[in-house]
Amino acid sequence: MTVAGTPCFHCGEPIPRGLVIHARISGRDEPVCCHGCKAVAEFITGAGLGDYYRYRDASSSRADETPRPDRWAAYDRPELVERLTRAEPNGARSITVLLEGLRCAACSWLADKALSLQSGVLDVSVNPATARARLVWDPARVRLGDLLRVLEHVGLRPHPLAGEPSEQLALLERRSALKRLAVAGFGNMQVMMFAVPLYFGDAGGMDPTMREYMRLVSMLVSIPVALYAGWPFYQGAWHALRARSISMDVPVSLGIVLAFVASVWNALRGHGEVYFDSVTMFVFFLGLGRYIEMIARHRAGSVADALARLAPVTARRLRGGQAEDVQAIELAVGDELLVRTGEVFAADGVVIEGEGRVDESMLTGESAAIAKPPGAPVHQGTQNLAAPLKVRVAAVAGNTVLSGIVALLERAQAERPRLAKAADHAAAWFLSRILVGAAIVFAVWWYVDPSRAFSATLAVLVVTCPCALSLATPTALAAATASLARRGVLVAHTDAIETLSKATHVLWDKTGTLTKGLVRVEEVRPLAEFSTAQALAWAGALEQMSEHPIGRAFLASGKPAAAASGVEVHAGRGLEGRVDGRRLRIGTRAFAAELQAGQAGGPPSASLPGGDAAEESWVYLGSEQGLLAAFRLTDPLRPEARDCVAGLAALGLRSEIASGDEAATVARVAARCGIDTHAARLAPADKLARLKQLQAEGAVVVAVGDGINDAPLLRGADVAIAMGRGSALAQTSADLILVRDSLEDLPHTALLARRTQRVIRQNLTWSIGYNLAALPLAALGFVPPWLAAIGMSLSSVVVVLNAMRLSRGSQSRRRPEWPATPQPEVA
Amino acid sequence: MEILFVLIPLGLVLVGFGLWAFFWAAGDGQFDDLDSPGWTVLEDDAPRAPPAATERPDEAPPR
Repeated sequence: MTVAGTPCFHCGEPIPRGLVIHARISGRDEPVCCHGCKAVAEFITGAGLGDYYRYRDASSSRADETPRPDRWAAYDRPELVERLTRAEPNGARSITVLLEGLRCAACSWLADKALSLQSGVLDVSVNPATARARLVWDPARVRLGDLLRVLEHVGLRPHPLAGEPSEQLALLERRSALKRLAVAGFGNMQVMMFAVPLYFGDAGGMDPTMREYMRLVSMLVSIPVALYAGWPFYQGAWHALRARSISMDVPVSLGIVLAFVASVWNALRGHGEVYFDSVTMFVFFLGLGRYIEMIARHRAGSVADALARLAPVTARRLRGGQAEDVQAIELAVGDELLVRTGEVFAADGVVIEGEGRVDESMLTGESAAIAKPPGAPVHQGTQNLAAPLKVRVAAVAGNTVLSGIVALLERAQAERPRLAKAADHAAAWFLSRILVGAAIVFAVWWYVDPSRAFSATLAVLVVTCPCALSLATPTALAAATASLARRGVLVAHTDAIETLSKATHVLWDKTGTLTKGLVRVEEVRPLAEFSTAQALAWAGALEQMSEHPIGRAFLASGKPAAAASGVEVHAGRGLEGRVDGRRLRIGTRAFAAELQAGQAGGPPSASLPGGDAAEESWVYLGSEQGLLAAFRLTDPLRPEARDCVAGLAALGLRSEIASGDEAATVARVAARCGIDTHAARLAPADKLARLKQLQAEGAVVVAVGDGINDAPLLRGADVAIAMGRGSALAQTSADLILVRDSLEDLPHTALLARRTQRVIRQNLTWSIGYNLAALPLAALGFVPPWLAAIGMSLSSVVVVLNAMRLSRGSQSRRRPEWPATPQPEVA
Repeated sequence: MEILFVLIPLGLVLVGFGLWAFFWAAGDGQFDDLDSPGWTVLEDDAPRAPPAATERPDEAPPR
């Protein structure tokens, strides 16, 4: 526990009471005042710049004069930025930043605008629902530190996310919002109590002294509500005005301040209307709406945070036979780690010693432990269950599978989808008109009936705030993304949810999707004078170079003889290369036989039975002397494949197989899954052609592939879904990734996409309809200020609650399976 | 009616007390987690001794 009054290790400011954050500086825990300081301090010392602090101690008085002069200085150093950020094409870098103080959609325009004005910024996408911004910039033209300073200047304190947990921050934000809400709520109740006798007293002839007294007490209670509970709105409005833009907070603050000041003035001079009830109600309901939105935002962000926190902070490194505890950030590729039983891997790596079993459920949702013999890859964030393992580090920091998943999630959440952008533009246009409209309403009423001018203007300002319009889309998408992520479906591009809801066809690549992709060599049939072992060894040598599941089957069934050289991949047909000085081909029968110049001769077909097993196929090994061997491969069908196809069909999605495999095999798999349309022996180009043909017929096509092997198909599809496991995750171009390696969730995902789309449509209809209906009523003076306050706040609350339905439904249905996964329990 | 001149300030003092209690509770973290404390009564074991590192690595000291 931090002793109150201890200064922050980094910035020297006093640490707020009750806050416990420590920075790990050369093995010691140093108290810091905030996560920003923690990150900076750790990066500065992590890069060997610890001397900086010695310098600071010597001139601590100067540091007081200019508080936090170096807050973003660390982000100006290229070597630090390189560690913290990800590389983008053309030398650009990208980073995800959590923006503290980003309270509504309006603030996101502010951040967007402020950053876009900087030269060297290539792309900014800010999502108000998750309070995250994704920045892409050119390091040659602008420094990251400068961009962060810009954000801080506009009142959005940036927190660069590099696997840094932001839960503490969310907690503090939530507590502070709760307190403001309580003040507004209690205050509102009190003022309402005094408002009733005031209203009735006017009719029943109340004692003037008592009336005066009630009004003054109302004022007294309203002061903390207007000043303390309403403070975030003024802050937001001030930052927006300073950046020369208009945010939602501007008309809101204008409404509160005008009504409050007029009421105080009238209460003090003893006559005229008071609006204390409207002011407190407005602040309370608006605060309530913001609070619910914040909860939704935190919930959406918590999945990525929980994943990011899986990575341990320390690791046990082996150096010269000696084990030493080091920080995970110090690890480099090639280091050897000792991971004891029960420990969590600090980096991606390869087992070099020990037979382990590893729980990968945090990454994949797969609850069964996975055996890890020497040579098997292990991933950061997974847990070693059995024997101690020696691991050679293969990837650290931003390059691990875990950080790939987190980056995908964050990118999806930070991306502003098309629909949301359109809504933002509409809202911005609307806002500027409201202010003009309010002025016109005031002027007109001034001529018609000056006594009502003020309340009508107030009603217009308050009732027409387009908060709901801006929130409609992002809240729904954030809820859907978070809900899917909990099921092990990662959404890499949020636009895909919209497209998926309109999909009509599903194009399957058979291997690895409908089937498990765990191909096994069941039988080897030599067709020439070689042993089966020899044939397997040659085949293994060739297939070593292949990423295809068939390649893995050969590797699993025997040690490859020697390295193959000059291996060429003939997509959809097979591989060719040199092993032991022989030219060899492995693949389809025709392909393998072709090597024997001109001869299509092969073994009698009687020796090559088709077999009745549903999931088998034959692969041939051929040399210049003719066919050498035939291998019977089996690939078990996924047990859930049939249900999945049926589930999709129930949603009106037609399934179709486009496979590179043999016709008989494909037909059998199709029959088993209940798929009518299937095409076999397709090269990737043929699959793409089939896809284009479907699209030309007006179909919206979902392609399901096993990751990198189907890249062209996935790139061409309207929605690309990949079965992702391991390192393929980071490279895939898919829109959706099924991390659990199961098709079970696919129909649900399609269903959820439709529900999301429906919710977005409802939200947009509701918010546009509300604003269009409320504006004329308020302008004509039919809406008293208190009703305007309720209407405006409720319209936002309705939108957010409607969106949250998406995350709620799936959560409860999933419950029974979650205990196997420790992720939600990480505290 | 004059009693209101006493009762209303008294009411306000009570409201102030309630707010103070709420602020204390919020600052103390009483509202941070509304779900899991309800489940703790259903757990069989009394508060456990510090778990062994082999069982729950997440709670091991380095974190």
